[in-house]
Amino acid sequence: MPEGQFRDGIAGGRLSADQYADNFSDLHPPLDHHEALVESDRCYFCYDAPCMNACPTSIDIPLFIRQISTGNPIGSAKTIFDQNILGGMCARVCPTETLCEEVCVREVAEGKPVQIGRLQRYATDIAMAENKQFYPRATPTGKTVAVVGAGPAGLAAAHRLARHGHDVTILEARPKAGGLNEYGIAAYKSVDNFAQAEVEYVTAIGGIDIQNGKALGRDYQLSDLIRNYDAVFLGMGLGGVNALRADGEDADGVTNAVEFIAELRQASDLASLPVGRRVVVIGGGMTAIDAAVQSKLLGAEEVTICYRRGQEHMNASEFEQDLAAANGVTIRHWLQPKRVIAEGGKVSGIELEYTALTGDKLAGTGETLTLTADQVFKAIGQSFVPAALNGSSAAIELEAGRIKVDAEGRTSLANVWAGGDCIFGGDDLTVSAVAQGRDAAESMHRSLMQG
Amino acid sequence: MADIRNNFVGIKSPNPFWLASAPPTDKAYNVIRAFKAGWGGVVWKTLGEEGPPVVNVNGPRYGAIWGADRRLLGLNNIELITDRDLQVNLREIKQVKKDWPDRAIVVSLMVPCVEEAWKAILPVVEETEADGIELNFGCPHGMSERGMGAAVGQVPEYIEMVVRWCKQNTRMPVITKLTPNITDVRKPARAALAGGTDAVSLINTINSITGVDLDRFAPQPTIDGKGSHGGYCGPAVKPIAMNMVAEIARDPETHGLPISGIGGITTWRDAAEFMALGAGNVQVCTAAMTYGFKIVQEMIAGLENWMDEKGHASLDDIVGRATPNVTDWQYLNLNYVAKARIDQDACIKCGRCHIACEDTSHQAITSMVDGVRHFEVIEAECVGCNLCVNVCPVENCITMEPLAAGVMDQRTGKPVSPIYANWTTHPNNPMAKVAAE
Repeated sequence: MPEGQFRDGIAGGRLSADQYADNFSDLHPPLDHHEALVESDRCYFCYDAPCMNACPTSIDIPLFIRQISTGNPIGSAKTIFDQNILGGMCARVCPTETLCEEVCVREVAEGKPVQIGRLQRYATDIAMAENKQFYPRATPTGKTVAVVGAGPAGLAAAHRLARHGHDVTILEARPKAGGLNEYGIAAYKSVDNFAQAEVEYVTAIGGIDIQNGKALGRDYQLSDLIRNYDAVFLGMGLGGVNALRADGEDADGVTNAVEFIAELRQASDLASLPVGRRVVVIGGGMTAIDAAVQSKLLGAEEVTICYRRGQEHMNASEFEQDLAAANGVTIRHWLQPKRVIAEGGKVSGIELEYTALTGDKLAGTGETLTLTADQVFKAIGQSFVPAALNGSSAAIELEAGRIKVDAEGRTSLANVWAGGDCIFGGDDLTVSAVAQGRDAAESMHRSLMQG
Repeated sequence: MADIRNNFVGIKSPNPFWLASAPPTDKAYNVIRAFKAGWGGVVWKTLGEEGPPVVNVNGPRYGAIWGADRRLLGLNNIELITDRDLQVNLREIKQVKKDWPDRAIVVSLMVPCVEEAWKAILPVVEETEADGIELNFGCPHGMSERGMGAAVGQVPEYIEMVVRWCKQNTRMPVITKLTPNITDVRKPARAALAGGTDAVSLINTINSITGVDLDRFAPQPTIDGKGSHGGYCGPAVKPIAMNMVAEIARDPETHGLPISGIGGITTWRDAAEFMALGAGNVQVCTAAMTYGFKIVQEMIAGLENWMDEKGHASLDDIVGRATPNVTDWQYLNLNYVAKARIDQDACIKCGRCHIACEDTSHQAITSMVDGVRHFEVIEAECVGCNLCVNVCPVENCITMEPLAAGVMDQRTGKPVSPIYANWTTHPNNPMAKVAAE
């Protein structure tokens, strides 16, 4: 029998096996053939389409949708992959409601955009199921490239480099490739081990060697890479988690949301994952939503997101906020953590202080609120950890704590490029990381072929 | 309340909506269901001569083309005339007419092109007390290969001859159904009139292949790997049918000849348009075959509501009202100038008007103004072609606005003339009927 929602403390097995399976099934089930035809019919094939311009990877959306509507899903998938080799994952995790679908003219006209994300998934699923490989490798160039991190940026860069005939070695610190696609996405957004299937699809082009368990700064230095490879791409993402800066933060039961999300994705048995009865999530972005919703889906009785600013300031999209609300998560605004309350070393509550904006300045009002909690998740952002770069090479130039790159993705070091969340200007989106990896690869290719 | 009762060549029905001769009118079961649903009349599916009935292919009989969301736009069929025994049909016609005296029952006929064949069938049909007959000179497949249907309808002399036989051998009103598979529909209409027909009905179906199976390289509908041209109907043929109705309605030789309009009529508006062009009533098939008989209820209510709204008391107030406005191109006013105008509040910025105009027409619509996505008509380039209106997905977002007389046409740099002037007098016309003076 499941333990139920009413057991205090952090516990697993709160739900029945059926409930777990149901709660963590596909958030947006795939469109079937008929649904895809009906939906693709809705696209107006706009001129200079707003959706295409809103896509960080500039996928020719009207064309790929038209190809679906004319019975050519394979051609459609190629249109998508031409711009975004991780189009399958992006179809699942992109906040389309703030990108392509937000500017769809049918959103303007009717408040019902064409479901671009789901159509993209329809086409890419068909091509990937057939393992349809569209891109033959160019004649080998003999050039070698090291890519640090097998996340979206690294994979996109590696694929594009392999296409151009270069030999790529990806060094990945974690046991599996995929980066946040594997470790950082809510489970219901990427079911059936899709991230690994996608890694296999992308690397099937050949010429890409992924070495797992290889962490920069621990197992090798940047200077080694610069010495041993013709070019280097840094796509290691963000390794640090911002602290609450609240008293008692070390108590048992205060967890990093990103770790919780990663653990959940890797869990073979959801019932074995413990979650609190009363959960408080601190933060206002996608990670906060993912942690809160998944806590609820694991059987937490009460889940509250506390965000220090207003609803309009939240990084989580309106869709994500609605998703949280629909799952029974309470979102409270204008509250910042003040003190984690612990009993016997374990979290028993959290004291929060109300906040207000005075001009541009956010400050506590002095008034407080205490919420009972047996688990507190920190989801107030991640930070770049530059220590790993401090090998024997010259220091790489940073900007606002992240790697500084130019328009082509070049860092301050010769033959070193970077992309994804670790660069300054990264916006925490898979699709942007793909665009940066792809474009950096093109820049690397031009550079490699000159030398 | 508008009176939509219909009197077509003396055949009375409570409304002008008849079901055309086709599968929906093949037997009593269907016809009774149609009458229950509210149809004003039916043309019973074509009867052939006494003897072993024709046989049909054993599927498929229909092919189609579709629009968005698989809306059926055009249907084609390779079905023949009724494949039921003549006597069974006659018995059923008689019974249904007896049970539904207020509804019109017209019997469609097709027998060989010899007078004896017509002399044989007319009395037995008359005996059913049906209201009239319709001569099927239109069926484009199968029967035409046997010298009937369109094979008669394509030869005006045959039409005249058969119509005359019928008029001489029956008291029933004769409606001659015309095929569109000809070059000039006025010729068969004139022939029917010369033979003494009471009315014409049109159009019958159009020769067509709806598709090709690209795996088997076989035309569709495909019968064991082969296909044959079938008869095309449905919304896609409506413009063709309306033109043919109008041609007959405005032809001085046939003007006033009653017309039963057929061809893609799906809504009350379609029916009203046919009637405005000169049809005294309408016949429907594909819409019923797509949605069932209930659609007539929309047609009846829609026609009544529109007539009430516009103050038309009876069908006589609308039939033929648009006919005088159908003219030859040479008489169109070349001094009339219209320009497209885009309602910026309604515009959803899809850009289809721009790309259509830019790529294929007159480069008269912007895509960007001051760095902002903005679609606006450049009046100095706009020839008023209406393409933008037709490709815009938002109804009434782009409209054609006539320029008042005296207003400067920015494209020509000349003020709009208040005078009507057409091609016949245009200086560029080498055949100008009146020399410019």
